[in-house]
Amino acid sequence: MIGQQHTASPAIGADGLVKRYAGDVTALDGIGFSVEAGTIFGLLGPNGAGKSTTVKILTTLSRPDKGSATVAGIDVIRHPERVRRVIGSVGQRIAVDPEATGRENLILEGRLHGLRGSTLRGRVDELLGHFGLRDAANRVARTYSGGMQRKLDVAMGLVHRPRVLFLDEPTTGLDPEARADLWAEIARLTRSDGLTILLTTHYLEEADRLAARLAIVDRGRIVAEGTPEELKADLRGDAIQVELQQTETMGRATSALAGVAGLHEATLDGRVLRARADHGASAVPAVLSALELAGVGVVSVTVARPSLDDVYLRHTGRAFRHETQETYA
Amino acid sequence: MTAIAESLYMTQRHTRALLRQPWFVAMTLVQPMVWLFLFGQLFKSVTEIPGFVGGASYLDYLMPGVVVMTAMFSSGWSGMGTIDDIDRGLMDRFLVGPLHRSALIVGRIVHEGISLIVQALIIGGIGLLLGARLEGGPLGFGVLVLASVLLAFAFASLSNALALTLRQRESVIGINQFMVLPLTFLSAAFMPLSLAPDWIQTFARFNPVNWAVEAGREALVANADWSLIVSRLVALGVIATICAWMATGAFRSYQRSV
Repeated sequence: MIGQQHTASPAIGADGLVKRYAGDVTALDGIGFSVEAGTIFGLLGPNGAGKSTTVKILTTLSRPDKGSATVAGIDVIRHPERVRRVIGSVGQRIAVDPEATGRENLILEGRLHGLRGSTLRGRVDELLGHFGLRDAANRVARTYSGGMQRKLDVAMGLVHRPRVLFLDEPTTGLDPEARADLWAEIARLTRSDGLTILLTTHYLEEADRLAARLAIVDRGRIVAEGTPEELKADLRGDAIQVELQQTETMGRATSALAGVAGLHEATLDGRVLRARADHGASAVPAVLSALELAGVGVVSVTVARPSLDDVYLRHTGRAFRHETQETYA
Repeated sequence: MTAIAESLYMTQRHTRALLRQPWFVAMTLVQPMVWLFLFGQLFKSVTEIPGFVGGASYLDYLMPGVVVMTAMFSSGWSGMGTIDDIDRGLMDRFLVGPLHRSALIVGRIVHEGISLIVQALIIGGIGLLLGARLEGGPLGFGVLVLASVLLAFAFASLSNALALTLRQRESVIGINQFMVLPLTFLSAAFMPLSLAPDWIQTFARFNPVNWAVEAGREALVANADWSLIVSRLVALGVIATICAWMATGAFRSYQRSV
């Protein structure tokens, strides 16, 4: 089935979306992007950047003041009722009925999307099994753990086999294990079901793991867009921080590191040595042996991946980053 | 057709949730008995006031008032469930789905109607046990239930409209605090209007609560005036429809604010 008709138009297209709320709050200031069918597109940004407002407009919950958008080729402003049939939506809050069982939640959602009889029962059983909820299917959702509720929540967004799924910060509040579970599930959905997913997140790692393309949102605008690799290539690599046994003078420690490949911007601040590495993990042994050779004792070493702050601040181009940081010598 | 099916699925959701909370079920059943007992005792001597007319006994007179008051007391809280749904994100889930907005309101008010029917049957049963005669028979009692259900539709719709527009529990509590009791006392629920001051009589003429009381009470006496009953039922039906339509329109206001 290569070359279906909707490969020609994007699964999601947003153009110049503007949304203002009462009190002159500009939530969206001309957001535009397009998402290829069958891929995961990530909207990355801090709280309040406009990610959720974008999702609300694309899912027909809210109307833009300006701009246009299509989902699965359908105009969201002119035909919201047609859009609602082909989308699934999983919001920031876990939206399950706590007084209904897992099965009842899924059945209601399926019925509201027009599924009936054995088709509905089959689909509900399939999802319960798939999300590991079969044993809990007849318990009211109030008794579920947070991770189970989130799984049920995602399953409810999928009952009617939507063409486009919106996931608004789906892993917020989940423990690491449940988060990893959900990531695996989301990745599988595009691979096997050909689903298009719009994912919003404020975790860089999440966007990195899942999204084929990313847009960084800041103050209602998109400030950078590309594949995770492209965006990360713009950053100067991982941060390495070494705590030394004693205060060193600049010369010995930093000149020891000068010979380590892929390491730059080494600075010393009292007993703390900082540097940036193209590949943090592989640079650590080299850094440690170089310091040992130079006779500098080490207490601890940490490597940090580029954080959302790094990406975000870089692309918003705000100067205060340099002012608040220690001066590099 | 789909709107009707959707409404019934929503009604099923609410009714099932209620039945799973035994404490609520007990409260729902006990409360009208308490009203009947307390008011029956408190206002017993009303029948001795010169000029008292209507009903074979005060119990017969009181029963429609208690059913109507119960209709308001329970349905006025209906919006609380809507606020819960909004807070849980369930409302947004429903709204991004293809179901008719009206089903979200109709589903709730029909649920209120069903629990009211059960409550009314209990009140009627207890009344009979206590010696009420219910001269209008099952048909008359059916009219009382119908009038009360229509009133409950109106109140539940109003409660949901407020919940969707203001999205605060306080607003729903407000409608109960400031409407239910005054509207009850500005009607013939406990005392014939002929014994009330002129301004209350005037107010009562435009008070839907009083329409329900009048229709229900008239249907329960022998030789009922059916033209009065039908006119009151029609008026209640119109009010209920307007309120439900307003509540459905309140989704637009809700969606503007999200």
